[in-house]
Amino acid sequence: MKILVCISKTPDTTAKISFTQNNTKFASDGVQWIINPYDEWYALVRAIELKEKDPSAVIHLATIGLADTEPIIRKALAIGGDEAIRVNADSADSFYIAAQLAEVARQGAYDLIFTGKETIDYNGSSIGGMLAELLDLPYISLAVKFDLSGDTATVIREIEGGEETDEVSLPVVVSCQKGVAEQRIPNMKGIMSARTKPLKVVEPVAAEALTSIVSFELPPAKAGVKLVPADNPAELIRLLHEEAKVF
Amino acid sequence: MSVLIFIDHSEGQVKKASLEALSYGAALAGQLGVAAEGILLGTVTTDLSSLGRYGVKKIHQAPQDGLNHLDAQVYAKIIAEAATASGATILVFSNNLSGKAVAPRVAARLKAALVSGAVALPDTTNGFVVKKNVFSGKAFAHVALNTPVRVIALNPNSYAVKEGEGSAEVLSLAVTAAPRVKVLSATQASGQVPLTEAEIVVSGGRGLKGPENWGMIEELAKVLGAATACSRPVADAHWRPHNEHVGQTGIAIAPNLYIAIGISGAIQHLAGVNRSKVIVVVNKDPEAPFFKAADYGIVGDAFEVVPKMIEAVKKLKGMAQ
Repeated sequence: MKILVCISKTPDTTAKISFTQNNTKFASDGVQWIINPYDEWYALVRAIELKEKDPSAVIHLATIGLADTEPIIRKALAIGGDEAIRVNADSADSFYIAAQLAEVARQGAYDLIFTGKETIDYNGSSIGGMLAELLDLPYISLAVKFDLSGDTATVIREIEGGEETDEVSLPVVVSCQKGVAEQRIPNMKGIMSARTKPLKVVEPVAAEALTSIVSFELPPAKAGVKLVPADNPAELIRLLHEEAKVF
Repeated sequence: MSVLIFIDHSEGQVKKASLEALSYGAALAGQLGVAAEGILLGTVTTDLSSLGRYGVKKIHQAPQDGLNHLDAQVYAKIIAEAATASGATILVFSNNLSGKAVAPRVAARLKAALVSGAVALPDTTNGFVVKKNVFSGKAFAHVALNTPVRVIALNPNSYAVKEGEGSAEVLSLAVTAAPRVKVLSATQASGQVPLTEAEIVVSGGRGLKGPENWGMIEELAKVLGAATACSRPVADAHWRPHNEHVGQTGIAIAPNLYIAIGISGAIQHLAGVNRSKVIVVVNKDPEAPFFKAADYGIVGDAFEVVPKMIEAVKKLKGMAQ
């Protein structure tokens, strides 16, 4: 069995978000970069768990990015996975990324493709669906549990107001979220072995970005909290009703 | 040219998020001087022609029971084909869980530009630019959609439902579906306000000390007509079910009012709730970081404050005390 895990680089959760060049570029100076948490904690770890059950499984990691993405992909390899593929291109937009990943997927003929449910920077939640469409594969979004028996997957996914249990034959694309697996910290053995795992760099295929970011904007600063004395919660309710008008 | 709006439903009811999408799509169609049409796959108990109130003239329905479970691959094919057949150049989805499953597939199939998480109508003065949430609610991006056909996934609770007069013509859509995903079972948490659709959310954290103390959270939610939520430590300790967990790793919500009780407001929690219109924090620690993100707050003991809040809401609403 071959598993592809899609990995994205994102600013750290606690990074200060600001913009430069007249609000057209993310200010990346001094920003700590991490593996997108959903890709790392859920998609990658579940793939590793599947390989622990079936040691013949092969895990490849794929990322779209320039050379500065390599520390992130090495960090992912330290957690697990057999080799990585970096498509040497700037991640222009979600369709462009999906088109590059689709090419990687076609070349590798994977049985299972995992993505995180979204990235914490652009919050698109779109790569998994686009990739599945480009590959004409079934797509199970927002999985909270994933099990495999032979080439049949049983997946529990979150739907509006509840959960659905699905059964699907491989190959399939699945987007992963909390519940699928638990975060793992890389150990020293993993970190050492990651240095020698193959990291293949491939050039992008011709694809178009269909969107572009014109500018960014920060939300207006909050006016500051209006504190109500602890002995007068009725005043808080009055303010919510008469001033904020939220009920 | 027309605007085609995807109408999501569960348990026979059209989702509120879809009424927002209909209102948004109709306003956009008005802005562009084109028609707004809806598409619904499966069956609902509502009379679909009544959705004309939200500004759509026609609704295409594929009324097979088999389509009541959303299969992303099947749905995307039907919606994309219907869009092409009806000459739609803009497709509108809610960016709810259903929209997240289907909209990207439709966009890829049509090779259409997609903006997911839209929070406002497009600016069409120079191209077609849509404002969306990025960086987990910490910023907005203005995204240009540079293709002739465009897909917009509208964030829930970011565009108000607009109801007027009118009736829609319901047209039957003939489709063939061969789902590759088999649905074994589906469960709906019925009888509660779903978190993603709730206008008011009352949320509890570790400061409540234990699951046995949730009675007052539930009661405050009940008198406010609110949904209940919790922070990550509370879900991890199994004090509350995981589907109530809001925050970066849980659900991201954007209600009109979010009341956080006994939650310190870690950045990961804020990432899931910072799009709320009004935030109220009750915490006995005046240094709790949540106060910096709050609009209103009480520094005090939740066990004394919350019962008085319940009392005040009941009095305001004329409920029995």
